[in-house]
Amino acid sequence: MLRTTCAAFFTTFSLALPVWATDLEVTHWWTSGSEAAAVRVLADKFNATGHNWVDGAIAGAGGVARPLITSRITGGDPMGATQFTHGRAMGELIEAGFMRDFTDLAEREGWRDLIFPSTLLDDCTFEDRIYCVPSNTHSQQWLWLSTEAFATAGVKVPTSWTEFVAAAPTLREHGIVPLATGRQPWQMQLIFNALMISVGGPDVFNRVYGDKDAEFAGGPEVAIVFAAADDARHMIVGSNVQEWNLAAQMLIDGKAAGQIMGDWVQGEFVHAGLTIGTDIVCLAGMGEHQYLTAAGDAFFFPKVNDPSIQEAQEALASIILQPVTQVEFNLAKGSLPVRRDVELHNVTPCMQAGMGILNSGQIVSSANSLLSPDTIAQITDLMVEFFNDTSFPVEQAQEEFAAIVRTAD
Amino acid sequence: MAQAARRIGILRNLSAKFASVPMILTALIVYLGFSLWTILYSFTNSRLLPQTNWVGLAQYERLWSTRRWLISIENLMIYGSSMLVLSLVIGFVLAALLDQKIRFENTYRAILLYPYALSFIVTGLVWQWLLNPDLGVQHFVRGLGFPDFVFDPLSSSDFVLFGVIAAALWHGTGLVMCLMLAGLRGIDEDIWKATRVEGIPQWKTYLFVVIPMMKPVFVTTLVLITSGIIKLYDLVIAQTGGGPGLSSEVPAKYVFDYMFQSQNLAQGFAASTMMLAAVALVIIPWAFLEFGGKKRA
Repeated sequence: MLRTTCAAFFTTFSLALPVWATDLEVTHWWTSGSEAAAVRVLADKFNATGHNWVDGAIAGAGGVARPLITSRITGGDPMGATQFTHGRAMGELIEAGFMRDFTDLAEREGWRDLIFPSTLLDDCTFEDRIYCVPSNTHSQQWLWLSTEAFATAGVKVPTSWTEFVAAAPTLREHGIVPLATGRQPWQMQLIFNALMISVGGPDVFNRVYGDKDAEFAGGPEVAIVFAAADDARHMIVGSNVQEWNLAAQMLIDGKAAGQIMGDWVQGEFVHAGLTIGTDIVCLAGMGEHQYLTAAGDAFFFPKVNDPSIQEAQEALASIILQPVTQVEFNLAKGSLPVRRDVELHNVTPCMQAGMGILNSGQIVSSANSLLSPDTIAQITDLMVEFFNDTSFPVEQAQEEFAAIVRTAD
Repeated sequence: MAQAARRIGILRNLSAKFASVPMILTALIVYLGFSLWTILYSFTNSRLLPQTNWVGLAQYERLWSTRRWLISIENLMIYGSSMLVLSLVIGFVLAALLDQKIRFENTYRAILLYPYALSFIVTGLVWQWLLNPDLGVQHFVRGLGFPDFVFDPLSSSDFVLFGVIAAALWHGTGLVMCLMLAGLRGIDEDIWKATRVEGIPQWKTYLFVVIPMMKPVFVTTLVLITSGIIKLYDLVIAQTGGGPGLSSEVPAKYVFDYMFQSQNLAQGFAASTMMLAAVALVIIPWAFLEFGGKKRA
């Protein structure tokens, strides 16, 4: 019944607008199971407006996709729209005039009042003009724990990072890897920065990355963070997969007990039939400082001359922010909506907790909006070495970290 | 009279000269022009887009104080010296063995040269699987009844380079062998007869007579191997991804990562200029050996 109605609707619709099906190529790197489902939501909503979503999925994580996307834009072969990391990575392209200004649409639709947390729109704003549309928020300061693994080891499920570290030896005795992680460089960086906010606290994070205080970065407060990172690198021994979703699979298979990963990982757990809250327990801010970064994904639109593509770009931009899209898209992706006035039903307890923390304003700017991609790469290189070589001295790592902060921009 | 002769000199082989114009232009613009452009912009602080904000040698100072670059250089040294020695020795020994007028020589030659037909990406993947403890050698040996056997070089920062070298040797030794075999076939049969008459043992003949006569072949092979060493990239990407940690990073990967992933063109340019300098160090002496000294006939 519903199907026939829909079909009838689409027939009349397409008869009414026969020549308006503009192709809009949208590039993104959302390729895991839950991510692909979220992309389908967007594509369906967009196609329903009489346009045609041409999917440009790029396999591999952002590290692979970002250079492809930027070189297509700078090389004069822009896509219609692209997912991209929030923050400063796109800054130079905007300055050079490659990206489309969406300030008019934003004012017409009142984005400034709609979008929550407002930092999301700030990250899209360059010199008071708005250049991107936030689609969802993610936070990275989460510790995910498999209750089954702790039951096997006969330990109580920890409620904080400190308890988790204490439980690690017992988990080892039972042949369980305490902390699962993929070995790709960005995941080492994620663990370190998450520990900095959760164990170090938001003030430490802001002073190091916001003020770029090198003196402080070499000091005792940050030494605590490095001590936690030292625990973490010993706890990940035995986790030799590359991808983040394969690390999540180690929790699903009962081979590992915990994982530090952004909230997008719960999509994988749900996909595997686990229940968040009972099979998988989450600790926001790792049970220490409950602050989250609200940085997510955003869509950018390169400047194009073709008016029909411009029109399609605007259509996509407003669709992303529509309440219905926000609900369906974020439920599929396991992320939080970018507006406060939409109600997510059937959300996991972890998402509920995340929304609570965001609503109470315990928000930290993400490293991506405080640091240039170059500085982030230097920190990542250091973390890759530190996490993979347990004989790398902690003091030396902190000294080098302080040196990077000294020249950071 | 002299002018006429010169004109004829220019007009001689006109079609050949005309045909080589595109290649000359390519060489001038693409190789020389872009190399100079890259060197020039390595003195700027270009990030995502090239721009002329001159910062002198700052990029080079940063490069040579970056641990990852130093590790990459060290890895390349280890990889390079091992490759140079091992592929020459193994290639020559294989060629000498094939030169014993054995049966099915063509078959052996094809088998040994075959890996060279594969790309580095395929080679890297195949060797990653071979050295993977759950799929490859370790799994096989454990299956034979040695449950405690451990062989996991790619997860160990001390041994990962040897895994890469093994793959590269498997890939490239066949070509070295063929070049050597061609060189051996170029040795006059009379030399062998003469040494046999003198009663010189075969290994001595190879070492003290044949090898010195094969100098040009060795020089060419050396240049081929060396240029392959410096541009090492895809094998590492496919086999180890630079890991574990930074222990199999190489300079070409540093260049790519900084230019495209961390949006720091100038830093990548500085690193690629250093690689160009290294190539020049190899090519210039070779050019002197090959083209210098001899008077043109």
